[in-house]
Amino acid sequence: MAPSTLSAAFLIARKDLAIEFRTRTAFFSAAVFALLGIVIFYFAWDPTAVASIDLAPGVLWAIFTFSGLLGLQRSFGIEQADRAIDALLGAPITRESIYLGKAMANLVFVAAVQVIAIPAVQLFYGVPLLENAALLALIALLAAIGLVAVGTLFSAMAVNTKLAEMLLPVLSLLFFVPVVIPAAQATARLIAGRPGSEIVGWLKLLVAFDIVFVAACTLAFPFTIEE
Amino acid sequence: MITAQGLSRRFGGRTAVHDVTFSLAAGDVLAIFGPNGAGKTTLLRMLAGLLKPSEGTGSVAGVALPGGAELRAAIGYISHASMLYGALSARENIELAAKLFGVRDPRGISTRALERMELHDRADTPVRLLSRGMQQRVSIARATVHDPLVVLLDEPFTGLDDSGSAALGAHLAMLRATGTTLVLVTHSIAEGLALATHAAIMRDGALVRLEKGEAIDPATYLTVYREHVTHGA
Repeated sequence: MAPSTLSAAFLIARKDLAIEFRTRTAFFSAAVFALLGIVIFYFAWDPTAVASIDLAPGVLWAIFTFSGLLGLQRSFGIEQADRAIDALLGAPITRESIYLGKAMANLVFVAAVQVIAIPAVQLFYGVPLLENAALLALIALLAAIGLVAVGTLFSAMAVNTKLAEMLLPVLSLLFFVPVVIPAAQATARLIAGRPGSEIVGWLKLLVAFDIVFVAACTLAFPFTIEE
Repeated sequence: MITAQGLSRRFGGRTAVHDVTFSLAAGDVLAIFGPNGAGKTTLLRMLAGLLKPSEGTGSVAGVALPGGAELRAAIGYISHASMLYGALSARENIELAAKLFGVRDPRGISTRALERMELHDRADTPVRLLSRGMQQRVSIARATVHDPLVVLLDEPFTGLDDSGSAALGAHLAMLRATGTTLVLVTHSIAEGLALATHAAIMRDGALVRLEKGEAIDPATYLTVYREHVTHGA
């Protein structure tokens, strides 16, 4: 009997992560990009003009957004090489399981980049990110779910076009905005030591966007891969 | 096992496959010949459930096209692209397919498939390091790991040397002997006819000639093919 949607999604996610673990191309590119971005922002920063707690959330989320795109680009790229996508589409699994599997692998990828970038931002900007690690992890996770949900769908749409490398950021960034704004706002309040009640509203907004994006993108995915 | 009745497929204003009709029983082998752009791959992808027909009806293994999971479970699809992940080993590629098809004991099945393909000594080698012939054997093992009733092959001989082609031909003959229905798209008339119980020529999206059994004359078929393709007979 063919696996359920969730079981097939886990198989696909595990396969994608195994490939990334062996090649490490996307992860190293994204990690290096994130660290270089943080360093460049640091040297362009005038601490007498802008306080670090004002700048750091913006730097953090700009870096996450762009470095995440590097992994998302590769997500369906590995399926195009040797037309491996046809083997997935020819298997007796739901189309949704392919999307969910890809999204799960991308989530792990983005989380791994975050694990490197967050301590680097704390180191360079001297902001107390890790002192509120649990809450920051929650913000990062919720934001990553939204980014990955949208990015995975657009990666599937863009991969068959000749302009895939340009099309993915153009399509994705517009839809990243509703996720990045609450994530940056929540992070800013967190490192400014504001009360939790000021953060909860932004977290609720993140959860709402996650639900909408995950549901809408899962339903839309089968139509993006039909020829 | 396979029926097609007036199958057509359009992409925008272009008709890739037009009004294709044929039927095959279990164990039949249909070899389809034709120039590039004749619609052979599009026809195969419709039979595989990867493309929806624009018009016409058809069924594969008793499931109406375009079908769903039930249809895909009955089909093995092999093309000139390996459809494998280069970073994964031969065993991992086959095991993944076995799991996605819900095969019991995927590890044991993949080991037996590798032995059958004489690849057991390269089982843990990443596919990207294997020769084209070996990759094609892995691809066949991947596509047939679930014992499909129907195997669709899109130019599987492309890029294979003589020994690779002979090994592939022998494996396809074995599949035919076990009652598997094969649809084989190929440019190689000799290799196609060596297996075929049915032979067809496609041109401009249409099936312009279809013969079966003793009506197929391998000695004159190349001439017949050229007449149909070059002169539009």
